[in-house]
Amino acid sequence: MRTIRAAATGAVVMSLALAATACGGGSTDGGGSNDSPKTLTYWASNQGASIEVDKKVLQPELDKFEKRTGIKVKLEVVPWSDLLNRILTATTSGQGPDVLNIGNTWSASLQATGALLPWNDANLAKIGGKDRFVASALGSTGAQGQDPAAVPLYSMAYALYYNKQIFADAGIAQPPATWAELVADGKKIQAKGKQVLGAEGANVAENIHHVFVFAEQHGADFFTADGKPDFTSDGVVAAVEQYVGLMAKDKVIPQGNAEYAQNQSVSDFAKGKTAMLLWQSASANLTSQGMSADAYGIAPVPVRSGSPGAGAQVNSMVAGINLAVFKNTDNLDGATEFVKFMTGDEEQKILNTAYSTIPPVAAAQSDAAFNSPANVVLKDTLAKSAAALPQVADESQFETTVGTAVKELFADAAAGRAVTTESVKARLAKAQQQMPAK
Amino acid sequence: MTTAVEVAKPPVRPAGGGTRRPRPGRLRRVGLPYLLLLPALILELLVHLVPMVIGIVMSFKELTQFYIRDWGTAPWSGLDNYRVSVDFDAPVGEALLHSFLVTVGFTLLSVGLCWLIGTAAAVFMQDAFRGRGLLRALFLVPYALPVYAAVITWVFMFQHDNGLVNHVLHDQLHLTDKPSFWLIGDNSFYALLTVSVWKGWPFAFLIVMAGLQNIPRELYEAAALDGAGVWQQLRRITLPSLSQVNQVLVLVLFLWTFNDFNTPYVLFGRAAPEAADLISVHIYQASFVTWNFGTGSAMSVLLLLFLLAVTGVYLTLTSRNRRSSRAR
Repeated sequence: MRTIRAAATGAVVMSLALAATACGGGSTDGGGSNDSPKTLTYWASNQGASIEVDKKVLQPELDKFEKRTGIKVKLEVVPWSDLLNRILTATTSGQGPDVLNIGNTWSASLQATGALLPWNDANLAKIGGKDRFVASALGSTGAQGQDPAAVPLYSMAYALYYNKQIFADAGIAQPPATWAELVADGKKIQAKGKQVLGAEGANVAENIHHVFVFAEQHGADFFTADGKPDFTSDGVVAAVEQYVGLMAKDKVIPQGNAEYAQNQSVSDFAKGKTAMLLWQSASANLTSQGMSADAYGIAPVPVRSGSPGAGAQVNSMVAGINLAVFKNTDNLDGATEFVKFMTGDEEQKILNTAYSTIPPVAAAQSDAAFNSPANVVLKDTLAKSAAALPQVADESQFETTVGTAVKELFADAAAGRAVTTESVKARLAKAQQQMPAK
Repeated sequence: MTTAVEVAKPPVRPAGGGTRRPRPGRLRRVGLPYLLLLPALILELLVHLVPMVIGIVMSFKELTQFYIRDWGTAPWSGLDNYRVSVDFDAPVGEALLHSFLVTVGFTLLSVGLCWLIGTAAAVFMQDAFRGRGLLRALFLVPYALPVYAAVITWVFMFQHDNGLVNHVLHDQLHLTDKPSFWLIGDNSFYALLTVSVWKGWPFAFLIVMAGLQNIPRELYEAAALDGAGVWQQLRRITLPSLSQVNQVLVLVLFLWTFNDFNTPYVLFGRAAPEAADLISVHIYQASFVTWNFGTGSAMSVLLLLFLLAVTGVYLTLTSRNRRSSRAR
């Protein structure tokens, strides 16, 4: 009886303690410590063709880091579909990793949670200073006027991948530089029985990347200067209408692509079904799907007129992955050391080569390894004609609401319904109304 | 001093009556059931009640990403989250109402079809025949499969270009003019309904089959002797005998289907098409995609109240029916 009574008392105390913890409302820990100096947990985003590929790329580097510093890094590769939710959960509970990858477009949104270590001058000095990084990459690390919430790790840009054989068969000498040329080339390609341009119509993030670039080309922005959503301006409406119009009006994007969301358009391109693809750093992916590097060419994403790379002729977002440190890490020094290691010249060359991305570290970017024709196009784009997505706290919500509106517009186009200025404006107005009120 | 010592003495128990202290054995008998219930109560408290209370508190707060790290400091917003959710002229409320109506229609159709197919299959399997065991096991396969694996398979089958569904409907049976889209646009509702029914009817089959075991065979034999056909036996014996089983079955199916999150999420991802925007995914979007955790919590509380009301009315009606049928 005494044992039962003791167990019952213990259970009640434990339940009250747990309940009290649950009611605590997350971590209030203001900063990190060095309580656990010999271990780190690292959440890597899925960059390779699979999670296993990522482990093969990253583990040797982590072993190298352990040999140098004695700090063991526990790696978890998190799929993109789970990453944001996992970060939010970790933010709420305070039980996150020490170091993590974030999509660079999320930087400002996650910065607003206050969970990420700010990279002020003192912290940046520990990893070599901010001058080590390419300016465009550093522009996607947090809200303007604030210390970066992360540091750039891999840089990417969109490019036009085209199938050389299909182009030759259709009698096209060079890739299109403008959208009008792309549509005209599309007719020649369709005459040869091939699909023209692949797209991921049901992929919310892909949609937002493209309509952002189209909006930039129309001289419009999705946010006002003071950070308020402005989704229904004439320029934005025209941009979205033009992008969805590639399926609805110009018929160069196949209707079947309206439901693509799992990179099926990359597979179609790799199999030679589609002549062109707008993608960021696709080389490693295409190789893993059996397409040889000499079967396709890489050109800048088309613009409305003239040629890309000339100042305002934006033809890509600044895409990439950033490396962040959770503010309440138990190994602050180790986490900083790890960031320094991963952004070091040597590791930058190894990692960016493995992922066919561009190093955001200037010294590594100038290495001969990144001077292939494909990389020259991507580097040029990043240096001259890429723009960062709006670095505002509501960026994540913007991606979802506008990306979903574009998905619905593609569904309309696939169903044969007209996509008009009015229908685009109505969808965008709805998206804007769903944004959090200020 | 003497008085004080006398007061400190234990009271003298009156002989042969008066209040008696319970013996330890009796206490043990009375207390033991509560003690045995304690672990379940503690777990219930931890798993359901504490999160529910936290959710209710959150619904009165202006909880966005700015406060998620320490949600206790989020400012109180009073009833604002509820007002926004039920303002059907404004976009958030309008979208919630749309999602609610889609969910009601979807649930009624799905539960109805699950019940119908499950009952038909159970009645069909009532009589012994060669291969019945194998068929019964096959019927239960959808119920036994992991949801994710099963729904992902359906995603492949519903693909526009290479999916089996279009291959059969369009290429082989020529029932459609051109291949249809099932995962986007209006047809997504029917895709969702198909998967839901496919996944749900084996449970109805299992429960109805168990209920059928309790109906005495003599009733059917007597009815057959009186000239009752199969249809009359079904109407006069089988269905009335199953009424109590069906009441529980329909309630459980209703609650599961109304709250189903896995099926639409795996089928369509986090941005479901408008035609298949079920309320569970809608609330998830409000909370975890647009990061309006306060509004999402308010929507969850409203949903909980609705389900409680429906369950209460349903249980009241069904227990009244039971009482009146007993009285007859």
